[in-house]
Amino acid sequence: MSRIAATFENLKQDNKKALIPFITAGDPDPAMTVLLMHELVNVGADIIELGVPFSDPMADGPTIQRSYERALKHNISLENVLEMVAEFRKTDTETPVVLMGYANPVEAIGHQKFSARAKECGVDGVLVVDYPPEECEEWLESLKLNRIDAIFLLSPTTPERRIQQIAKRAKGFVYYVSLKGVTGSAHLDLNEVANKLVDLRSHISIPIGVGFGIHDSVTARAVSELADAVVVGSRIMKEIEESPREKILMNVSGFVKVLRTAIDK
Amino acid sequence: MAKNYNLPDMQGHFGSYGGTFVAETLIAALEELRDQYEYYRNDVAFQQEYARELKFYVGRPSPIYHAKRWSELLGGAQILLKREDLNHTGAHKINNTIGQALLAKRMGKKRIIAETGAGQHGVASATVAARYGMECVVYMGSEDMKRQAPNVYRMKLLGATVIPVESGSKTLKDALNEAMRDWVTNVENTFYIIGTVAGPHPYPMMVRDFQAIIGRESILQMQEEYGCQPDTLIACVGGGSNAIGLFYPYIDNKNVSMIGVEAAGLGINSGKHAATLLTGKPGVLHGNRTYLIQDDDGQIVETHSISAGLDYPGVGPEHAWLKDIGRAEYVGITDDEAMEAFDMLCRYEGIIPALESSHALAYAAKIAPTLDKDKLLLVNLSGRGDKDIDTVAKASGVVF
Repeated sequence: MSRIAATFENLKQDNKKALIPFITAGDPDPAMTVLLMHELVNVGADIIELGVPFSDPMADGPTIQRSYERALKHNISLENVLEMVAEFRKTDTETPVVLMGYANPVEAIGHQKFSARAKECGVDGVLVVDYPPEECEEWLESLKLNRIDAIFLLSPTTPERRIQQIAKRAKGFVYYVSLKGVTGSAHLDLNEVANKLVDLRSHISIPIGVGFGIHDSVTARAVSELADAVVVGSRIMKEIEESPREKILMNVSGFVKVLRTAIDK
Repeated sequence: MAKNYNLPDMQGHFGSYGGTFVAETLIAALEELRDQYEYYRNDVAFQQEYARELKFYVGRPSPIYHAKRWSELLGGAQILLKREDLNHTGAHKINNTIGQALLAKRMGKKRIIAETGAGQHGVASATVAARYGMECVVYMGSEDMKRQAPNVYRMKLLGATVIPVESGSKTLKDALNEAMRDWVTNVENTFYIIGTVAGPHPYPMMVRDFQAIIGRESILQMQEEYGCQPDTLIACVGGGSNAIGLFYPYIDNKNVSMIGVEAAGLGINSGKHAATLLTGKPGVLHGNRTYLIQDDDGQIVETHSISAGLDYPGVGPEHAWLKDIGRAEYVGITDDEAMEAFDMLCRYEGIIPALESSHALAYAAKIAPTLDKDKLLLVNLSGRGDKDIDTVAKASGVVF
């Protein structure tokens, strides 16, 4: 069983929902990332989603885009991100790590070479935002070969035919984007999410995580009642952006602790 | 027109290029656009309205003009100019914005958005929005807004809202990212008019189809005036919309060679250029696979050209394909060479060309002397240069 599947299995037995915080690798600087990852686990993260900085993050809102820009000032490459995961794995062999990023840095390394290296460093899943299912057969092959889960996005506008198409390819969990727009957008319609999840569950057997627009304990709690996992990104990156460096660990862990408590309530 | 060439395929691929590389959040909007365009592409009433608008609003057909004095001076092949600079708004861009705005109207979208670099596509979008009574929002890099202040004002005069983009390199590619984000958020009422043959499917095909009027007219006009077709087509390539507009109807005519001219900036070896096909590697950006100017880590690198309209790190996927199969050849022209051609056309023909088009002119001037006098080079004069006089003056050390 993959680390991601095992994590969801354990949570299910404990009757709990997964909390998946997102941080950008290399923001505010490369030395902070592994520290933050361990801290996130300490305060209750079940899976860590690590953003791979890209110069042109078309699907992300301003907060995550700025975090990518800060990371890129340190010339963070995809290989550097993999090294951070390897470093994290030295002391944490249980918490799944999912990379989220864009196609071009992956293609610069090459599908096969990247996937093999990612496995070696302890990556469990990869979500390439701009690889829809119809454009990535070879990519999926390379992930499969290296037993890495292919994480896919689903959106409120994804028609049924595509949900089935994605369900066939998705591994680990699927990531339902809870609203139209980019990461960090404001409005979240819980009724719509609830209805859509019923729809999705009729086609998808793996866990469903919900993200985009979750920004406090109330929204986190509400989403956790509907979904298998709660993904929080922009709000955490905002914490990192607005905190002085020496307070980042404290502030981020304080915020994630609040989410954890709300979800477990 | 013979139709052996039939790309892209149903998924928008030109060989290994093109396609739909976007987040799931955009897929439904693109599928709707693809289906609607597929329908109206073959709709007689739509095509008739488009043709009428081009004739009475844009002023088409644009003539082919023989640059006789300049050709004589160069002492070789004859240089013919396809005068897209004479279109309403002064460039080829409006061929496309009219087509997409008519489509937007039929799709019931009341708000259009656009990205712009030099401001030409922004002006052309603002123009058609005013013409059809639509709301228009233009995204423009804050760096570009400084460089192209008169065009910013033009867009405002036409009733558009110009939103400065402060992210990334604050130029065209970032404006495109921002426009995509707007579209994904407001897709119910918004139509995104992309200005070049880039972006996800169906944009590269749709923009090409709307620009192909340039080549279709040329085929007729050449036959009528000269009784033959040109030996070579020459056009500048940033994203590549004016070039593909001229090239596309000629693709099956193998007697006609095609040359796309990229911006070599301060020189290919300087690293400060926008010669994507000459120096880039294939990758994925802005929804399609194409050649990109990128570093070893796959990050997109800032480009340079004296002409803002060529200052783009990608290129239309169809050009990538035409390069790989050898149907078109791609070359580079430096800032200085383009400036020299700009001067020559002003002095010898009484035409002030856009700096973008000056790259194509410069390459024509380079090869014309090596060719016989009966050879015909058809250069796409894609825009007029009034917008560039500040840049040219500054580069020549002139202060107004």
